[in-house]
Amino acid sequence: MMPPSHSASEGSVKLYEKNKEIEGVQDQIADALQKFAYPEAAMFAIRLSLEEAMMNGFRHGNLEDPTKTVEVRWHIDSEVANFHVIDQGEGFDPEAVPDPTLDENLEIPSGRGLMLIRAYMSDAHYHLPGNHLEMSFKRMAKS
Amino acid sequence: MSPENSRIRVTDIGGVMRVEFVDRDILDESAIRQISKELLQRIESSPVPRMLISFQGVEHLSSAALGTLITINSLSKKRGGQLRLSDIKPSIMEVFTITKLNKLFHISETAEKALDGFGGK
Repeated sequence: MMPPSHSASEGSVKLYEKNKEIEGVQDQIADALQKFAYPEAAMFAIRLSLEEAMMNGFRHGNLEDPTKTVEVRWHIDSEVANFHVIDQGEGFDPEAVPDPTLDENLEIPSGRGLMLIRAYMSDAHYHLPGNHLEMSFKRMAKS
Repeated sequence: MSPENSRIRVTDIGGVMRVEFVDRDILDESAIRQISKELLQRIESSPVPRMLISFQGVEHLSSAALGTLITINSLSKKRGGQLRLSDIKPSIMEVFTITKLNKLFHISETAEKALDGFGGK
């Protein structure tokens, strides 16, 4: 079934306070995805990836500094949902994150956000210096 | 035992603490921190903690929640007890599979099967 025809949905928001603002952004994006009739599995994948990306931005990027923001930008159309999540930290090398699925790392309680994003999204990569994640969900490839 | 605004319900079933979640989404960091604190307190106050966490009704789970489960599992084992998980819907089971945490946790299809799994231990 072809998704309904609409013009693309775009948005941009700067978040200052993770606990109060993340849910509102998630709801706005879920509404946009619903407008294009994205299937349930896609909604799940995108919600989880956005949650992980925003939390990583606040925690590991901004190091919980309340004066710093996490910016989220999105462009959603019937074929692709594209997101930028930009923190104000110094950036990091995503390749240096230990593989949490190795037996010796299974009991380490952190470090799974990025791997979930990579698993659920069609593409995810950091722009240098590593404080700007761009990720996309290509509808035909994943659902 | 639990604070009034607790995001979990805990029931004692034959010496096993059965934990259920109030919310559909286990994403919010402050809620996860509170849940973690409550569960760790319960495990620390039990001589041999046996805990069953049921995910009945849970739709979303973040990596922060997985981290809490890992910490609870480690502490339970350290104290000679056991943690089991149950009622995980397929979309969330996939999260456990992707992260390979299905290898770390005892996961049962239903709470009843999980309770049987504790056996006489």
